[in-house]
Amino acid sequence: MAQKVLDAVKASHAAAIEHTESQHGDEIIWVKRDQLLAVATWLKTEPTMAFDAPVFCTCIDRLDWRPLGVPPSQRWTEDKPRFEVVYQLRSTQHRFRIRLKVAVSESDARVPSLASLWPAFDWQERETFDMYGIRFDGHPDLRRIYLYDEFVGYPLRKDYPKDKRQPLVRRDDLPINPIKRPSIFDDHGKAK
Amino acid sequence: MGVELTTTRLEDAAKWAKSSMLDKATGWGRKFSLFSYPFVTACCGMEFMSVAGPKYDIARFGAEFPRFSPRQSDLLMVVGTVTEKQGPALKRVFDQMAEPKWVIAFGVCASTGGFYQNYHTMPGADQVIPVDVYIPGCPPRPEQVLDALILLMDRIQSGRGHSQLRDKREQLIATSQDEG
Repeated sequence: MAQKVLDAVKASHAAAIEHTESQHGDEIIWVKRDQLLAVATWLKTEPTMAFDAPVFCTCIDRLDWRPLGVPPSQRWTEDKPRFEVVYQLRSTQHRFRIRLKVAVSESDARVPSLASLWPAFDWQERETFDMYGIRFDGHPDLRRIYLYDEFVGYPLRKDYPKDKRQPLVRRDDLPINPIKRPSIFDDHGKAK
Repeated sequence: MGVELTTTRLEDAAKWAKSSMLDKATGWGRKFSLFSYPFVTACCGMEFMSVAGPKYDIARFGAEFPRFSPRQSDLLMVVGTVTEKQGPALKRVFDQMAEPKWVIAFGVCASTGGFYQNYHTMPGADQVIPVDVYIPGCPPRPEQVLDALILLMDRIQSGRGHSQLRDKREQLIATSQDEG
């Protein structure tokens, strides 16, 4: 269905596309990062495309991920892009749907923001920044949306410890024993 | 130090008997007029509604009246998952309640964090506030809640709630400091 979209984007923005995929009826365009805004603007404004509904924006952390059959030595490394930023778009007029993906490395985790085109991506990009630490250039108000400002790190990255907590408040009124008994241990921790 | 249980002096005996009867009376009054503040954050709230509804009817035990101001309540029911972001709010609600006050952790999430083991869930409401009775279950049956309420009423009657014990502890510290 959206093969038309793939063909049209390939025809109009051949230089901006790394490659395309089709998977389970969903068409995916891997876009070069500096061309993302141009491709997205074209998808929105071109009357034969008219992608008017933003569905979601998220990110995939490919740390340690490798496809089946690839030996461990060829796993994703520092110089390979670790993150995939994903934009899903839909055209309610032509009933197209398309997925844009941008590969981003860990050291330069920046992507142009699409919030100026589709305002609904404002909070979605904030969530992606909150959870994965992707900086969206040109975003009007890029700050944490779910977590508190005191939180350090990005919890949905694969290298965040799964049980690490960053409490805001803890009890300060735990019961203390008011009666001081002489300790049965000496200074070295041995029983007297 | 403290209250002498055996005494031959008539006035001491009368004083002890009077204070003890007063404690019994206030405990009796408190346990049958619990005003609960439901701090409902998650799906356990459905079960809380079931307990408060006519079928299981928490009103039979005098705790029927949920107050939506912590200043008018003396039983805080932490119903559902508490996140780390909610910790300051929960502590503030608890601090605003009038003494003496009691806390029930409703469900495993409020008791221990439940099946969440991650960055955002507080491992139990007792990380922030003292909890008197824990109710396991995901969500707990209404019978469990009623059982916990009866357990809490026993504690209130015998003066073993957290805030009551804290008062006694502070009195003990004060008297021991007065005695030197």
